[in-house]
Amino acid sequence: MTRGETVNGSAPAAAGPPGADGSTAAPPPAADGSARGYAARRTLPLVVEAVRQLRRRRTMVVFGLLLALPWVLVVAFELGAGSGRRGAATRVSDLATEGGLNFAAFTLSVSASFLLAVAVALFCGDTVAGEANWSSLRYLLAAPVPRDRLLRQKLIVAMGYSTAAVVCLPAMALLAGTLAFGWHDVRVPGTGETVAAADVLPRFAVVVGYVLVSQLVVAALAFLLSVSTDSPLGAVGGAVGLVIVSTILQAVEALGTLREFLPTFWSTAWMDALAPQPDYGGMVKGVAVSVSYSVILVAVAFRRFRRRDIVS
Amino acid sequence: MAVVLVIGAAWLLWPSAPPVRAQDRWITVTDGPRDDQRVRLDTSFFPPAGGGRAPAVLLAHGFGGSKQSVREEAARLAGEGYAVLTWSARGFGRSGGQIALNSPDYEVKDVRQLVDWLARQPQVLLDAAGDPRVGVAGGSYGGAIALMSAAHDPRIDAIVPQITWYDLADALFPDAGGGGPENGVFKRMWAGLFFSRGGPEPRSGPGGPGLTGGADDPGAPAASGDSGDTAGSGGPNGPGGSGDPAGTAPAVPATAQDVRCGRFLPEICDMYQRVAESGRATPEAVGILRRSSPVSVPGRIKVPTLLLQGLSDSLFPLGHADANARAVAATGAPVGVAWFDGGHDGGDGEADWLHERTLGWFDRHLKRTPGAGDPGAAFTVTRDGGRDPGTRRPVQLHATAARYPGLSGSGSATVPLRGAEQPVANPPGGSPASISTIPGFGGLAGLAGGAGGLGGLGVSADMPGQSAVFDSAPLTAPLQVTGSATVKVRVRPAPGAEGGKTSSAPAAGDEVTLFAKLYDVADGQAPVLPEGLAAPVRITVPAGGAGEATVRLPAVDHRFDAGHRLRVAFTTTDLGYSTPAEPAVHVVGLASQSVTVPTVTALRTPATGPAWWTWALPLASLVVAAVLVLTGRRRGAADHDPALSDVPLRISGLTKAYGNGERAVDDLSFTVGQGQVLGLLGPNGAGKTTTLRMLMGLIRPDGGEIRIFGHRVTPGAPVLSRLGSFVEGPGFLPHLTGRANLELYWRATGRPAEDARFAEALEIAGLGGALDRAVRTYSQGMRQRLAIAQAMLGLPDLLVLDEPTNGLDPPQIREMREVLIAYAARGRTVIVSSHLLAEVEQTCSHVVVMRRGRLVTAGTVGDLLAGRAPAGGASARLEDVFLDLIGENA
Repeated sequence: MTRGETVNGSAPAAAGPPGADGSTAAPPPAADGSARGYAARRTLPLVVEAVRQLRRRRTMVVFGLLLALPWVLVVAFELGAGSGRRGAATRVSDLATEGGLNFAAFTLSVSASFLLAVAVALFCGDTVAGEANWSSLRYLLAAPVPRDRLLRQKLIVAMGYSTAAVVCLPAMALLAGTLAFGWHDVRVPGTGETVAAADVLPRFAVVVGYVLVSQLVVAALAFLLSVSTDSPLGAVGGAVGLVIVSTILQAVEALGTLREFLPTFWSTAWMDALAPQPDYGGMVKGVAVSVSYSVILVAVAFRRFRRRDIVS
Repeated sequence: MAVVLVIGAAWLLWPSAPPVRAQDRWITVTDGPRDDQRVRLDTSFFPPAGGGRAPAVLLAHGFGGSKQSVREEAARLAGEGYAVLTWSARGFGRSGGQIALNSPDYEVKDVRQLVDWLARQPQVLLDAAGDPRVGVAGGSYGGAIALMSAAHDPRIDAIVPQITWYDLADALFPDAGGGGPENGVFKRMWAGLFFSRGGPEPRSGPGGPGLTGGADDPGAPAASGDSGDTAGSGGPNGPGGSGDPAGTAPAVPATAQDVRCGRFLPEICDMYQRVAESGRATPEAVGILRRSSPVSVPGRIKVPTLLLQGLSDSLFPLGHADANARAVAATGAPVGVAWFDGGHDGGDGEADWLHERTLGWFDRHLKRTPGAGDPGAAFTVTRDGGRDPGTRRPVQLHATAARYPGLSGSGSATVPLRGAEQPVANPPGGSPASISTIPGFGGLAGLAGGAGGLGGLGVSADMPGQSAVFDSAPLTAPLQVTGSATVKVRVRPAPGAEGGKTSSAPAAGDEVTLFAKLYDVADGQAPVLPEGLAAPVRITVPAGGAGEATVRLPAVDHRFDAGHRLRVAFTTTDLGYSTPAEPAVHVVGLASQSVTVPTVTALRTPATGPAWWTWALPLASLVVAAVLVLTGRRRGAADHDPALSDVPLRISGLTKAYGNGERAVDDLSFTVGQGQVLGLLGPNGAGKTTTLRMLMGLIRPDGGEIRIFGHRVTPGAPVLSRLGSFVEGPGFLPHLTGRANLELYWRATGRPAEDARFAEALEIAGLGGALDRAVRTYSQGMRQRLAIAQAMLGLPDLLVLDEPTNGLDPPQIREMREVLIAYAARGRTVIVSSHLLAEVEQTCSHVVVMRRGRLVTAGTVGDLLAGRAPAGGASARLEDVFLDLIGENA
């Protein structure tokens, strides 16, 4: 069969029935050919995406875990209260029971490096890959939700959930710690000096903000992997894997200053903000590294998704 | 990640400097007052890495060390293109001879002959015949030989002495009141350590690595050019090590002279024994010690000199470097002074930084490289830069000034002190003693200090009743003290204490030994004694009167923060010094109620602001990101063909190849008219699904185009809102109910809820009560029907269904057929892809048959059957026609 015959073969169909009942369809003649009431800027509203993600078991479990952890720790400290060594308390964990702020700092220090990273990776890594996995991605794209808009809305919602996760843990820790151990001034690990609680509280907000920013790299990488694969597990695992590899590389002192550019290198810099004389130098560097990586990763994600053939 | 790997690989594979090979040889020298003593020196020569003739560096070791102590630094300098000669000084290591404390008659003569030897080496650059271009560097004992040999050998071109003395007599018998060594207070512990390190060899021989490890381990702080007595790395064991790992200890028992004087020259040994016993310097002792000191060669050190002195050094405090600097500067030679975080009491040591400074100085004055060694920084002070947030280690900042101002600073501030006269007691026997620092235990003090940065928290403790303190008011602004503060003190005997004194108290006058300290006091914290330094002063109190002295407090570089107080304290005892054994009580007061502190405002710390990359990196990445996003944008301008406004679908020349080059769709063209129910037929792999995906804007065609109502299909094209699709199975959020899925899907399209026609769609789905169950509980057929209902939401003008009858039972299939026919009857268009040919035959008005991505035929079902009828017989079935068309009906 030749091409000529093909074209000929299609001709009768084109000349077929349009005239007969074309009037009954009566499509609204929008300039861009869209259906009545459709506008790209109204597709996939944030609240819709938020609701789509909210009722997932995964979301519930993560928030349940983050909100329960401080209470688990409170119980753990209460149970072990008798055996703890008092006096020469110089580690963060020794000082956890000093008061609500100390407890919150301790909770953050044990969870920021991994637990929060996993939570953030989960929200950002699952957001697109999960849809691909459910096959619902193609129907959203054919709705049509323009690809850039889909990514934008999903990124905003995923970051919103990540922010909520990162904020709710220290907030609950502050509440739990204050109820359990009282509202006292902060004792600093190492020297044991105290800093007034009123001074630390605003700094603690900065700390939470910094922890969030330092998770940006994880979020961005998870997001990039999410648009590159149909497997949500792969996206989340890949981002968590980055944290692990980076933490391992960080221990290689031979790398020298190169280590400063590892995404996790500054992840504990927030502790400097709780010292008697706060030092924000490390946090500034951490923000710079984190923002730099994540901006590029997100840009790559957008570029990739825009060109990608959706075959899921 | 790939970039990281590449960088890592490049770093690993980067060609490292070729290993420097040391040539060990014995060099025999002749020295002594009458040049009659032959001594074999154990040396190592490191030829320059670059080959050819290069400037030479003599690298001397510290007291108690040997040539092994400086091996690492020697290899580094050789790697930088210097011919380096290290040697074990006479009396140390395997070299012969006895220790003469850098005497001009002994060690200095040895060095002159080493310079002679260098002049004969083919690798060494010569200024003239027999005159090599040579510099000398070393720490402590090695620093002093650098200064002394520069004074005695005009061929030496530049020196870098570290943590060394100007006047050994003054170092061991200091008097902060300016009384000179004869009036000085004996620095008992340091002197003991100093002289015992030249003591008898350890008799454990090679079996006692613990004894020699401190002095000879090349991995220890040896790189600072001074091993045995820096940082007290040897700790309590260190003093025994004479620095000979292969020390073949003689089997014969040591003689009395051996254990008494070790390898010291007997006259020096005798001198030390006399002064250590009495605690007072005799004029002869001062003479001997000064012969070994730069103080004895005024105006003779005329070469460029870089003095690296440790801030934590109670043995050779900063004042010695200051005196050396003034002496050398008086000759007009260039002088650089650096106070670094190190010294005999410990500290960081800053080995790398010292190496850089040394190298810079030699590059400038031996290689004569213009601009090398930071010529704008004649004075450098290492300051505490807090902790590195990443490594949690102390960070050193280097403040520099163009001119070295001396210990009095370039300016001064007078801080009023408060405090009445206070009685202080000297305990009988001088014990218990207050502690400022523990000589030789710098490393331990550093550990105890823990979090302290430079010096930081020490082990200092003032015994109660032994100290008089004078505090300032809290500072209103931070005060950076750089140099020696001065304070005037007045001492008189306590009126009521005479009764307790023994009759031996001299009536004519009394001598009082005090130790002056400058504390940094903050409320709620233990007072900090910067660097653990104390200044001893011996004040003579005339009978019945009061003795006065202007005391130069220890030279420090210390920042007193706002709100802190300055405290000047005078104690009667100090662990490191010899103090009177006789009990006494004195009243200590200030002659003027203030302390004068020196400041050097010219010292500038390099900008401590964020590193350049903290703002450059995010900016650069923003630019990269913008480029990535903007260049990837394909602005598909609205592409509308008005002539096709009423044609639901026209596909022309559509081509799609996958990665392996196989064409899934190859030059496909067909048109679907309004009201048609089109069957898209083809065997597996014919390209049906790929075509439908391109129709939905999920896949980009490689060639050709798809137009829906004349609008070209691109990803996310608005015209897709008139397309309802169900392709390759349903796609729902399993945790939501069927109803919620449909509602959220519709809300995701952004269109008004009333346009959705939920009722009609739900009727098609026919799920009944199951609609409010989570989708994950649905059967395949239920999901199928829900998905078709979703595709029909809003009653799209073009409906595309891929295998819609999969999983449906026969009644549902029949129902579906009627729904589709009815749907098209309202003027809408339906495209059904299916392999149930009987189904297609009953449902569809038109057919498109594809095979291997190509169009086989297109037309109405009737035409197709009629055209093929003669071949089969009376009435052809679509199945036969289809198999015939795709060539399987052989």
